[in-house]
Amino acid sequence: MSHMTQPDRYVLVFLALLALTAATVGLTYVDLGAWHSIVGLTIAAAKALLIVLFFMHLFRSKSVIWVIALSGLFWLGILLILTLTDYATRSWLTY
Amino acid sequence: MSANHSSLAHHFADHEQQHEVAVLGMWVFLATELMVFGALFAGYAVYRAQYPAEFAAGSRALNIWFGGINTVVLLSSSLTMALGVHGAQVGRRNVAVMCLALTALLGTAFLVIKGFEYHGDYVEHLVPGLSFSDQDWLGREPHVHPEKVKLFLFFYYTMTGLHGVHLLIGIVFMTVLTILAWRGRFTPQYYGPIEVGGLYWHFVDVVWLFLLPLLYLIGPR
Amino acid sequence: MSTATLQPPSEESRPAPMEVNYLDVEYGVKSWLLTTDHKRIALLYLISITIMFFLGGAFIAVVRTHLLTPSGALLDADTYNKFFTMHGIIMVFFFLIPAVPAVLGNFLLPMMIGAKDLAFPRLNLLSWYLYMFGAAFTLWAVLSGGVDTGWTFYTPYSTASSHTNVIPAALGIFITGFSSILTGLNFIVTTHRMRAPGLTWFRLPLMVWSLYATSIIMLLGTPVLACTILLLAIERTLGIGIFDPALGGDPILFQHLFWFYSHPAVYIMILPGMGVISEVIPCFSRKNIYGYSFVAFSSVAIAVFGFLVWGHHMFVAGQSVFAAMVFSLLSYLVAIPSAIKVFTWTATLYKGSIAFDTPMLYAFGFIAMFTVGGLTGLFLAALGLNVHVHDTYFVIAHFHFIMVGGMVMAYMSGLHFWWPKMTGRMYPEGWGRLAALIIFVGFVLTFLPQFVVGYLGMPRRSHHYAPEFQVLNVMSTAGASILSVGYVLPLVYLIWSLGYGKLAGPNPWKATGLEWQTPSPPPPDNFAVTPTVTEAPYQYAKGVNVVG
Repeated sequence: MSHMTQPDRYVLVFLALLALTAATVGLTYVDLGAWHSIVGLTIAAAKALLIVLFFMHLFRSKSVIWVIALSGLFWLGILLILTLTDYATRSWLTY
Repeated sequence: MSANHSSLAHHFADHEQQHEVAVLGMWVFLATELMVFGALFAGYAVYRAQYPAEFAAGSRALNIWFGGINTVVLLSSSLTMALGVHGAQVGRRNVAVMCLALTALLGTAFLVIKGFEYHGDYVEHLVPGLSFSDQDWLGREPHVHPEKVKLFLFFYYTMTGLHGVHLLIGIVFMTVLTILAWRGRFTPQYYGPIEVGGLYWHFVDVVWLFLLPLLYLIGPR
Repeated sequence: MSTATLQPPSEESRPAPMEVNYLDVEYGVKSWLLTTDHKRIALLYLISITIMFFLGGAFIAVVRTHLLTPSGALLDADTYNKFFTMHGIIMVFFFLIPAVPAVLGNFLLPMMIGAKDLAFPRLNLLSWYLYMFGAAFTLWAVLSGGVDTGWTFYTPYSTASSHTNVIPAALGIFITGFSSILTGLNFIVTTHRMRAPGLTWFRLPLMVWSLYATSIIMLLGTPVLACTILLLAIERTLGIGIFDPALGGDPILFQHLFWFYSHPAVYIMILPGMGVISEVIPCFSRKNIYGYSFVAFSSVAIAVFGFLVWGHHMFVAGQSVFAAMVFSLLSYLVAIPSAIKVFTWTATLYKGSIAFDTPMLYAFGFIAMFTVGGLTGLFLAALGLNVHVHDTYFVIAHFHFIMVGGMVMAYMSGLHFWWPKMTGRMYPEGWGRLAALIIFVGFVLTFLPQFVVGYLGMPRRSHHYAPEFQVLNVMSTAGASILSVGYVLPLVYLIWSLGYGKLAGPNPWKATGLEWQTPSPPPPDNFAVTPTVTEAPYQYAKGVNVVG
């Protein structure tokens, strides 16, 4: 039909996902200070990217699907960024 | 997915259009789902920025082994799901049926483990309103407000709860697909429901992948 | 009701499939309640939203009557609060948001793109059932005591203090929200993948562009409302403290999450109306629309920018001054695409051959009222001025100019324009124009005084007011009574026309567009043969071939 799926690749991706999970859990026992969250979320984002690109076939999908996926992320970004802007700037410009 | 005869609905020109429409529709739906969870993420972000100590303390109280094992379970289910879609696409009915069934099983395993985890949380006084005790949190270093720890736990239960509801829906979906596949409903020309079921399943997995660091891994243990 | 022509004596006594229309093809309650035909579903919605419109109107009729005197005794304070709340909830969620998309959009979108149906016909039916289920919940909340929080459900009042049916009402809205999401999903996928051959994006009617833009908002905004309502319900039931300051929560967070949806929601309401106007104006000035791509892009721009301005509802709520300034600036920017549309419509009229049929009268009313409403929005977007007029009748007048003067007029315009297509009958033109005029006069008399009285300081949502505002309030109530007559008239003559109206042919307005190339009412599958499109829309200058 539109694209052929590749089972071998799936297994490789799965192994990568397991490795990243082990890394993220293992790193909990290491004190990274302020970087702790950023590292955790970056690893999560990497895992998510693997799933979205390969398991969900985004890599081989038409551009309209890319637009939808990126739009969803963009809108989530609007919600988070503008809301957090309020809280982050409460102490600015007070009268 | 019309009744008995044709697998092509009357308002589509051909199977390819029908398939593309289904995939497009599910991706659009997933964008909306992202926004549902997004509202929770926004609330979480606001309060975590304001009460970092309490969120970290609450996070440490959660059982990371449950979290980690469940992550592996869900990732495995994503693998079986992807293999199931492949099986359907190449017309290997037995592979598809087995993989779909395994996916549903693994999803159920996740929920069972989660059930044990919730029970453990209850036993350890981590359920506000039911078994939470302010005393457990006073007198700690760094100083934490029990009220704010409750807020963290609220997000923990709401986010994992909403995720669990979505997973349950996914399990039902997978079960139905398994039965239909076993009955020979799908062909290499018509397997759209399995592919969109897969997209949904992977999305639920991705949500969990973010819940893991946000809830269980806030600070060092 | 069918456009039956005399059958030549032929082999078959049963009419050929394309000569049966969608209303005649099957009879019986089951054929309607289990239909997947987008046209029938549109009519189901039409009946439902009409009922809700008059119900919402009934609530405010009582309120306006109560407001004839400064210390009105018709309603006590608590009941007053319930009445304006229920007016708001019903009008916003059960009329304004579904009206044009679910009625006109459902009916027209597949036809305008040359398709047989929407992408997901059964989801379409589910959308209607979800709407009805949500409406039933909300009505139950209304009948068993009402809600008094205002349609905005602000916390902590709604979660901790109000003793009214907050959760059932909120749940009704939650359920109906899914109706909205599924409609948007259907429209987006249909527009992407089911266009007829040759129908490129820039040959689409502008109504389709605006429905597409509306769908973006429905899809990406409504889920946030759904989650927020869930949190509201949990907070009210379990007292968690996410929004309640007494328990460590933040009520402003509720407002952020609420308005993230509810501001774009107003664009869900107005964009389809703008789409209608973009169809009506070229037809009744016999001219191509001026600046097609400007209108198309501005629809999408409104959908995107509309998500960036929600904080302008919260200027005095307690958010940071910096955020308020950002939202104020963005609010000014979002006015630009709307202004572009008004310019293009006006430019289309220039040197056109203008006919004053009912749809066009409503379109004129729309342009005038929407402009006033939009400009007063700029007043409100200015931080300093907002502090003065926030929570006064100035705000109420602003959004009613847009919603009633804009959106409802656009809805009436579209309803009249496509009525012959949907029913095969013409409405009585004289009564149509009379009703339009009455509505216009009634509308101005109702809401113009509210700008004045609001600027002078009369607060909203208050059951008593200072005596010096009485004259303006009496004017407003008088206007409301005229307005209600204006709305009842179409109800009567449109129903009358179903049985006695003149038979309309396929294209009584000699309009361009694929929907006019089929019989009125259309056959179940819309087109006998999927059309191929070879030219841009609105080619009025070339003259329009009227089919059949």
